[in-house]
Amino acid sequence: MSEEKKEKKKIVPRKNPMPAQDPKKRAGNFDEVALGYSEDQVVAEANRCLQCKNEPCRQGCPVEIDIPAFIKLAAERDFAGAIRKNKEKNALPAVCGRVCPQESQCEKVCTLGKKHEPVAIGRIERYIADWELANGLLPRETAPPTGKRVAVVGSGPAGLTCAADLARLGHKVTIFEALHVAGGVLMYGIPEFRLPKRVVQAEIASLEKLGVDIQVNSVVGKFATVDELMEKEGFDAVFIGTGAGLPYFMQIPGENACGVYSANEFLTRTNLMKAYLFPCYDTPIKAGKKVAVLGGGNVAMDSARTALRLGAEESWIVYRRSRAEMPARHEEVEHAEEEGVKFALLTSPTRILHNDDYWVTGMECLRYELGEPDASGRRSPVPIEGSEFVMEVDTVVVAIGQGPNPLVPRTTSGLEVTRKGNIVADRETGATSKPGVYAGGDVVTGAATVILAMGAGKTAAKSIHSYLTGQS
Amino acid sequence: MYKILKKEVLAPALHLFEIGAPRIAAKALAGQFVILRIHEEGERIPLTVADFDRQEGTITCVFQEVGKTTRQLGVLKEGDSIMDFVGPLGVPSHIENYGRVACVGGGVGVAPVHPVARALKKAGNEVIGIIGARTKELLFWEDKMRAACTELRVTTDDGSYVRKGFVTDVLKEVIEEKGRIDLCLAIGPLPMMRAVCDLTKKYGIRTVVSLNSIMVDGTGMCGCCRVTVNGEMKFACVDGPEFDGHGVDFAEMARRSVIYREQERQAVEVYGESACRCGCGGGRQ
Repeated sequence: MSEEKKEKKKIVPRKNPMPAQDPKKRAGNFDEVALGYSEDQVVAEANRCLQCKNEPCRQGCPVEIDIPAFIKLAAERDFAGAIRKNKEKNALPAVCGRVCPQESQCEKVCTLGKKHEPVAIGRIERYIADWELANGLLPRETAPPTGKRVAVVGSGPAGLTCAADLARLGHKVTIFEALHVAGGVLMYGIPEFRLPKRVVQAEIASLEKLGVDIQVNSVVGKFATVDELMEKEGFDAVFIGTGAGLPYFMQIPGENACGVYSANEFLTRTNLMKAYLFPCYDTPIKAGKKVAVLGGGNVAMDSARTALRLGAEESWIVYRRSRAEMPARHEEVEHAEEEGVKFALLTSPTRILHNDDYWVTGMECLRYELGEPDASGRRSPVPIEGSEFVMEVDTVVVAIGQGPNPLVPRTTSGLEVTRKGNIVADRETGATSKPGVYAGGDVVTGAATVILAMGAGKTAAKSIHSYLTGQS
Repeated sequence: MYKILKKEVLAPALHLFEIGAPRIAAKALAGQFVILRIHEEGERIPLTVADFDRQEGTITCVFQEVGKTTRQLGVLKEGDSIMDFVGPLGVPSHIENYGRVACVGGGVGVAPVHPVARALKKAGNEVIGIIGARTKELLFWEDKMRAACTELRVTTDDGSYVRKGFVTDVLKEVIEEKGRIDLCLAIGPLPMMRAVCDLTKKYGIRTVVSLNSIMVDGTGMCGCCRVTVNGEMKFACVDGPEFDGHGVDFAEMARRSVIYREQERQAVEVYGESACRCGCGGGRQ
């Protein structure tokens, strides 16, 4: 291609559409919704990239991936090169390619996106990551052993990223995971139909190949405290990435009735324990015929879509603000709607009703209107007097957020926490008030996204590395 | 994998396992519990720690065959292994010298009462043990409890051993006879714990019960085990499993404990029929 021709590269205004399962069909199964690009589609999409000089997408990425470089390699069909380039910064590309909110990060600032649709960076990333999983893991380089040992508490996105970066820098990393399988929210929270669990496990296997040791069934704060890991077990530093593992409830009457689930429980039973395969798998779940999911975030969408797949005839999102204020990704709301999830907006329950056997029969609700903006900048909902009505449902899933799990903060000496129980950690370094102890992800920020947790894990890994090498 | 180092059949469908888990044994205290999962397709179930041996690195659990999981567990032999075993979970029993303490164990609840009674006695308490079972052949650990308590009283519902009566009958006699009891601990079936609380409330005796709620993770993440205590929502896994018995909403607790009764029945039926036929890979024996 001559220079002249290159400059006149034809602009393709729209993204190559993502092949997906038919909404009607997919609402009845747990298979992945988005099917992924073909080789020709990914090359076509990669060729949409302008390879512009200022590369705004790189600044838009919390883990600083060299996006234009891996897209260029993908355009040249050098997928091995592309994934190698991506993995220089990203420990979990197959996960990120599926669940990152690209529209508010890399794709938001894409130069092409100023006039047209941005490059589908996430879809390209997913393709090259899946390509590696299908063709066998490529060998990775690691620095010579430093002799330093780091304990990572929690194997969610923050912990996995921190562990991968530290392992590549030559440190010996042990991850302690409370559940029986590694992955944290990627395993128990995000549904199979958005993020297949075999993909998560394949990414974790590539971490183990770097020499990371993963100890499951290990609840730090119980079998050993952070202090003991450092003083008795010889860990030189600790990273805490224990996530937002404490479900919030509405604090309204009737919440302990049978048929009321926290989203954590509803999703954990389904995803981690595979209750959708009961009785072949032993964990039961009871999603009724008419399900109300309280909340408007991604977890609420995941719960409502899961309810449909478990056989609910009606699945409702009940949210006290309007659609515009919903914190969920647009794509998730759209997917939910396509599948038949219904929305009761500007509505919130005041009481959960149950029969004599304590089974849910309905919710007493109030209608709301939007008033002045609140601290979050969103218009705050105000109840409309006399608007009480009863919504008949047999299952309620509470998806109004999660707080930090207190097990580790409560058992670690000298660790500063906020009033809400979040660990106080320096934004720039991840350092906590306790020397040698770093933290990141939802346990610090409150419930956020996978990629922000990964960014925090990466930041902490850099700080831990300089703490460990500066010391020796 | 966690190996079953010793198995004992205490009574029909009532088993004792000593499981090799050095890291848990090193930290376990009276009142805590473990969660186990037998195999890849298994559910996670909590079992209260009945004993622990720090030297040998073992945890002792006693369980009754009720549903599919406990039946599958009952089939396992010495030398077999359990896939997942995690703990010690929950808040340990608060041990101090209260003075005179009644430790009441009903049915399989005798097992978790045992380490608490022992710890209370060691702390200087006069420990009056009361254990009971439906019938003689279901009674176990009389000897261990005798050693753990200052004084032990035994009863059977049908009178087939020692005497006829419920543990509450014996407890009432003890209260009347001794005049003063400073603390009562009761572990057993829900109706028994409820009856004990009704009785001790009349006498104004502080009573602690240990709740065996349905759980998934056991670390405060899912909220499945929530229970109302003194009007507040508590999680049995991280706030308990021990609670002020006079504050527990037993009616709610009883309903929540049978949420999955229908599915449990179905699971047992399918288990009887052998392997899964849908091809999902589950349903292993």
